[in-house]
Amino acid sequence: MSEFFAMGGYASYVWSSYGLTAIVLCLNWYLPRRTHQQILRQLKRRHSKQSSLDRKK
Amino acid sequence: MYNGWIFHCDLFDMKRYSLTQAFLFLLKRDLTLSFRNRAEFANPLLFFILVITLFPLAIGAEPALLSRIAPGIIWVAALLAAMLSLDSIFRSDFDDGSLEQLLLSAHPMPVLVLAKVAAHWLVTGLPLLLVSPVLAVMLGMPSEAQGTLLLTILIGTPILSLIGSIGVALTVGLPKGGIILSLLILPLYVPVLIFASSAIEGAAGGLDVSAQLYMLLSFLFLAVSLSPLATASALKMSMG
Amino acid sequence: MFLWFHKFGSAPHFYRIAGKWIPWLTALFLILLTTGLYGGLVLAPPDYQQGDSYRIIFIHVPAAWMSLLIYVLMAFCGVVIIVWRMKLAEVVLICSAPIGASFTFLALATGSIWGKPMWGTWWVWDARLTSELILLFLYLGVIGLHNAIDDKRIAARAVAILAIVGVVNIPIIHYSVEWWNSLHQGPTVTKFDKPSIHWSMLIPLLLMALAFQFYYALTLFQRCRGELLKRERNSKWVNELSEGNDV
Repeated sequence: MSEFFAMGGYASYVWSSYGLTAIVLCLNWYLPRRTHQQILRQLKRRHSKQSSLDRKK
Repeated sequence: MYNGWIFHCDLFDMKRYSLTQAFLFLLKRDLTLSFRNRAEFANPLLFFILVITLFPLAIGAEPALLSRIAPGIIWVAALLAAMLSLDSIFRSDFDDGSLEQLLLSAHPMPVLVLAKVAAHWLVTGLPLLLVSPVLAVMLGMPSEAQGTLLLTILIGTPILSLIGSIGVALTVGLPKGGIILSLLILPLYVPVLIFASSAIEGAAGGLDVSAQLYMLLSFLFLAVSLSPLATASALKMSMG
Repeated sequence: MFLWFHKFGSAPHFYRIAGKWIPWLTALFLILLTTGLYGGLVLAPPDYQQGDSYRIIFIHVPAAWMSLLIYVLMAFCGVVIIVWRMKLAEVVLICSAPIGASFTFLALATGSIWGKPMWGTWWVWDARLTSELILLFLYLGVIGLHNAIDDKRIAARAVAILAIVGVVNIPIIHYSVEWWNSLHQGPTVTKFDKPSIHWSMLIPLLLMALAFQFYYALTLFQRCRGELLKRERNSKWVNELSEGNDV
């Protein structure tokens, strides 16, 4: 197992590459999701405000 | 500065004036306007000279080193000077509404664009051509390379104006377009830079550089035929 | 056929379909990723020349492939935008740009990290690296230009033109720099010098490449959904959406 992590002495190079990739891929997955959910929340809020105003009329 | 008085709407009426007449008129108009505004003319040239002068000051005036990097310095400076001067192609026309007039004319926009770019090159590229031999000598470029230098600047600077006009057309409507312009245009300038400086270095070493020159020439033909189309399309879109 | 195309181009339809596909794409991506990683990191033997450091290839090459593929797709969207003014193409173009830029950055970074133990240097100006770097600038230019223009429909046409001009430029840059290097007889251009790549390395490589493609699809769909909501927030279908409880 430790042999696997050592990567024949190149551990810092190999794992930093894979780690960097993991970070970039996770960010690219997470950030758009969060934006999407934020937009949906905003739209819902705006919509409920609008319909409560309509009801008051 | 109101440039519109030079326009007569019917001048661009196809029935009365041919395409060639419209082209020449636009060319003459732009040249006249540039000569009135000396800064437009002098600034890029002075910038070119200044940037080149900075290098010996920064790197140390060792002749061997300078003569080796001279082609690169001259070409990078030409690139930067071209980028600096690009804004003037469409800016004043955009500001006073003449650009919209041009777009409305019955003549094909790409040809009119070519006239404006030609005027731009005559005002900004041609002076570089005249000044560069002097600078080359100051940087210690061997005399065998100077002919090639002139040739590359003659072929290359029109390419810079043509490709640059695409970038300007895309950003002319933007308030801070100048910064984005550099980011857009520099990648497109890279092949010209590479072939031009490689040609001059090759000539300095006594090699045959006709291949690089032919590549540059083919870029020029490509740019002349295709970039006005892209520029015209971008202008139409920038004007909304 | 035309009806399918027309329906496909409609925003609410795409929004719904994309939403349904995302979980499946994610599942496929994860499956391909784990098998690719297992094959590459565990099963494939160490290279006789480069030892274990060559394993970076399983990230580096797929990322580079994606960086090129996405730019070509963007150019294709550009043509669709200019010719047919299709709104969906606008959304796909602008949402692909950050993903493409990320892959380009990864290709450059992992390549540089791989280069250090192999070539002894973090960077070298050979054709591939230089043209990949310029590609990164092209992506950033697209993102920058789109941000700078307020009217997003005009912005879409501007970046469409830029994408088309840029795609022509990529092979030009690649070949001109290749030329430049060979003329200068510059630093040795190290190639992955094998007559052909062994299947135990090829298969994980292809699996990872496929995995990255699914990743692109799922993140693209996610971004497009957000972007569509933003652009069409005043339209009827978005209003109906915000009424309903499910998204």
